Amino acid sequence: MGIEGIGARVARKEDRRFITGRGRYVDDIKLQGMTYAHFVRSPHAHAKITGIELDAAKAMPGVIDVLTGQQIVDDKVGNLICGWAIHSKDGSAMKMGAWPAMAPETVRFVGQAVAVVIAESKNLARDAAEAVVVHYEELPAVANIKAAIADGAAQLHPEAPGNIVYDWEIGDQKATDEAFSKAANVVTIELTNNRLVPNAMEPRAAVAEYNPAEEHFTLYTTSQNPHVARLVLSAFYNIAPEHKLRVVAPDVGGGFGSKIFIYPEEMVALWASKKTGRPVKWTGDRNEAFVTDAHGRDHLSKAEMAFDADNKMLGLRVKTYANFGAYMSLFSSSVPTYLYATLLSGQYNIPAIYTEVVGVYTNTTPVDAYRGAGRPEACYLLERLVETAARQLKVDPAELRRKNFITQFPHQTPVIMAYDTGDFNASLDAALKAIDYAGFPARKAKAKSEGKLRGIGLSCYIEACGIAPSKAVGSLGAGVGLWESAEVRVNPVGTIEILTGSHSHGQGHETTFAQLVADRLGIPINQVSIVHGDTDKVQFGMGTYGSRSAAVGMSAIFKAMEKVEAKAKKIAAHQLEASENDIVIENGEFKVTGTDKAIALPMVALAAYTAHNLPDGMEPGLKESAFYDPTNFTFPAGSYICEVEVDPGTGKTSFVNFVAVDDFGRLINPMIVEGQVHGGLVQGIGQAILENAIYDDSGQLVTASFMDYAMPRADDVPSFQISHTTTLCPGNPLGVKGCGEAGAIGASAAVINAITDAIGNNRLEMPATPDRVWHAMQLQQAAE
Amino acid sequence: MYSTNYHRASSVDEAVALIAKGSDAKFLAGGHTLLPVMKQRLAAPGDLVDIAKIPALIGIEASGDTLTIKAATTYYDIMHNADVKRMIPAIAHLTSVLGDPAVRYRGTIGGSVATNDPAADYPAAILALNATVKTNKREIPADQFFKGLFMTALEDNEMITAISFPVPEKAGYAKMRNPASRFALTGVFVAKLKSGEIRAAATGASQDGVMRVPVIEDALKANWSASALDGIKVSDDGLIEDIHGTSDYRANLIKVMAQRAVQAAG
Ligand SMILES: Cc1cc2nc3c(=O)[nH]c(=O)nc-3n(C[C@H](O)[C@H](O)[C@H](O)COP(=O)(O)OP(=O)(O)OC[C@H]3O[C@@H](n4cnc5c(N)ncnc54)[C@H](O)[C@@H]3O)c2cc1C
Repeated sequence: MGIEGIGARVARKEDRRFITGRGRYVDDIKLQGMTYAHFVRSPHAHAKITGIELDAAKAMPGVIDVLTGQQIVDDKVGNLICGWAIHSKDGSAMKMGAWPAMAPETVRFVGQAVAVVIAESKNLARDAAEAVVVHYEELPAVANIKAAIADGAAQLHPEAPGNIVYDWEIGDQKATDEAFSKAANVVTIELTNNRLVPNAMEPRAAVAEYNPAEEHFTLYTTSQNPHVARLVLSAFYNIAPEHKLRVVAPDVGGGFGSKIFIYPEEMVALWASKKTGRPVKWTGDRNEAFVTDAHGRDHLSKAEMAFDADNKMLGLRVKTYANFGAYMSLFSSSVPTYLYATLLSGQYNIPAIYTEVVGVYTNTTPVDAYRGAGRPEACYLLERLVETAARQLKVDPAELRRKNFITQFPHQTPVIMAYDTGDFNASLDAALKAIDYAGFPARKAKAKSEGKLRGIGLSCYIEACGIAPSKAVGSLGAGVGLWESAEVRVNPVGTIEILTGSHSHGQGHETTFAQLVADRLGIPINQVSIVHGDTDKVQFGMGTYGSRSAAVGMSAIFKAMEKVEAKAKKIAAHQLEASENDIVIENGEFKVTGTDKAIALPMVALAAYTAHNLPDGMEPGLKESAFYDPTNFTFPAGSYICEVEVDPGTGKTSFVNFVAVDDFGRLINPMIVEGQVHGGLVQGIGQAILENAIYDDSGQLVTASFMDYAMPRADDVPSFQISHTTTLCPGNPLGVKGCGEAGAIGASAAVINAITDAIGNNRLEMPATPDRVWHAMQLQQAAE
Repeated sequence: MYSTNYHRASSVDEAVALIAKGSDAKFLAGGHTLLPVMKQRLAAPGDLVDIAKIPALIGIEASGDTLTIKAATTYYDIMHNADVKRMIPAIAHLTSVLGDPAVRYRGTIGGSVATNDPAADYPAAILALNATVKTNKREIPADQFFKGLFMTALEDNEMITAISFPVPEKAGYAKMRNPASRFALTGVFVAKLKSGEIRAAATGASQDGVMRVPVIEDALKANWSASALDGIKVSDDGLIEDIHGTSDYRANLIKVMAQRAVQAAG
């Protein structure tokens, strides 16, 4: 592997610029003649716009223009789309209301853009926005799932009667009913999966420039997938044809899914830059992030599991309501369906599964993929159900899991997924050992003698990454293929540029991708640059989300590297007068095996570009590209165990220990993998005990700032004990599975299972705040 | 933020004169309450008079049975002051759990007391220790200073110059932090004064801001120990009910925090 190859703990190349403040983010970009946009946003969750007064604002100093929703509709800028078609049980297409980039007639969530001021400075734009008078006629609002599906509920979109987007199903209902009819025991649970605000450190931003001479747009934007942004802006929003639109996503400060989507603000910035003839910058502030970044999760579910007399799982029945907010965001429809219900088999052999998912409109911010996207919801539901079952059936939760683990691979679940490999016993064993599971009862007793309540909770997760085989997702309704592209450019002096369609916004691609090249060629990573995030440089790509960049993005690089190496070997063989089959690559040299004859990479590259002496018929140059389309999802899996102590006086949870054993296949850079796991675990713990996007009944977001929305801080979380077990993924050349979301997927169930174990009351919802835990303890004491 | 005129005063008199002259003028101390509100455009003072660098407003004086903390002294300086730690360690502790390091480097005791946020920490100490709020005009006893949510006895343009605390026999503070803001979800300061008086004040709990808690004071008067509070019941009447805690939870916290404060006081 070499000291910087695959498996090496190389420090991240990109961190130097980030920690010295030299990153270049969208808001750092300043263009000649740039103007600033400030949006006028709806203060109401649901209202008709009966008039807008713009004159006072237009007359304010520094104002260039004030533009409205009606104008953007009149200019035929397309409505926002949802890119994954889901069909209801009855075969009908999902029912969607129109989402214009700014509302011309009706606002449906607090924060929806109504108009925009373009001015010479940020402050002048904001001043003028305050002078825009919008007349609203308030309408009744529905702020949560229950309100939206109630009889007589206010309706959001005429296209979606009853506020229902779809009523979807997966699995075999008949077989599942039969399984339940044979059950010795049935365990039931009802759960809320709390709504989260993504809160990337960098708020969203856009800078748009129109060049009338070339009729060409450039958009700098905080995107996880600039090519997808360009595609959607061109094909659906009528901004410009693709060859007249460049999208650049420079350094991006975190996304967690929320920067996958193309938002109204980017569309408006592009449109306004042409209308005003000036570059337009919009930088969201934290308040805007809270109300306009797509939120995550927000499910209400009921789940039942059937067991035989020997505690083997027979069947699983789930009904979930998913809150989509006021409009269908770009990939929202797929999240509670194909990214959720397909994972409900977990690590278990469950012969029959039937799941229904009802998608619901509410007068809230749109909801879409957020770290884990569907899979955290699936894991939380299943792992709380299994833990509940262990308590009701009075068996050890580890044993109940073990008894039902899938041990033969490949394994076809009843819900589409075909698991390729895994060793669930291995990760559970390692986790039990690491936390000293056997010693827990003694620790619990000791804690009790000190007036504290101790609990332990398990969560054995599986997820699907490496998103995704294009043909498979196409057959399920995806509007795009989910392959990845790569180009390897060996420069005449032997340095290498890797162009990738993946996008790094915290993941460390500049290091890990270079490690792959270093590994194959035996050169240091500082001879390799990773180029990403610019549609003018990289031909196409699908971006980064769903833990896909190693499994799919690096596999594309791997394929392109193979092509480059094959050509380079031919050149080397020609130069060395040897057979190409005898050439091996070592330490940056092409060697004739078994001899001391060798030629260094730069000389091979130079030969390729001088073209003075190439094999007959060979084209000059050393540059290859590849597209890689995965054959299957990858299936990271693992076991998390959490040990907590609850303070009976306050209900406050403290962590005693948190063990995470993951199987991610091959690790490219274990240090970066650990960082990803840490971040994911903190988000999972955040969801479990702290974070909650709460709307009041009128549709106002109550937790619209960090004063009320509790983000996890360093002292809220424990030191993690992280380790790995490994089964290599057979589906891609590197054997990698993906590690970006696992922590956020597996952690929350482990935490809640531990807290409910500590307090002896299973009725506890996330986030398990001190207040909620204390109340659950009071109810438990009253019951006892 | 709307535009504003910034002035840095070098003396109390100059600051008071600038405030009187300014339009809708405000003192600026640590800025950790005022500036966020201005950035949100919820406050728009025409003039800001920065008092954070006025020498007469900075420092801590110990004399006999009194500890005087001048108004513009930062939390950081209070927390690390030897006299504070020696004479009223509960104040050093309270300060160490107030906000985060960035807040403690800039925030001032005067700013906190003038704001009287219903979840702020210092008001509990001032009320429980029966401290005196000194201004450029007068001295105001603690019991007459706090007047409900964000309301104080301060008149327009009156400046707090110092807080003077009688050194108690014993005192302790225990705080349950709001998980999001880390202000007090409920905090209780208990004190046994040298006069023999026993006082307990709770912050973060009441809809009327900081308050004394007679049931706790009575129980502690009979028996200064945490267990003396085991049997008491704090009423949830008038307590805050919000997304972070119900009123009965806060009533429970008043009791539990009081017990922990007594334990800390020794
Ligand atoms: C992230 C964060 C966390 C925080 N956490 C806590 C916490 O846990 N507990 C807590 O108690 N507080 C907390 N605070 C508030 C903090 O303590 C503030 O510093 C304090 O409330 C105000 O003090 P200041 O010196 O910053 O005042 P400023 O913001 O400068 O002023 C506040 C108000 O007081 C007035 N004022 C200032 N000084 C005087 C004076 N000498 N005389 C008369 N009026 C004056 C000003 O005109 C202004 O109206 C937090 C603040 C932040 C930003």
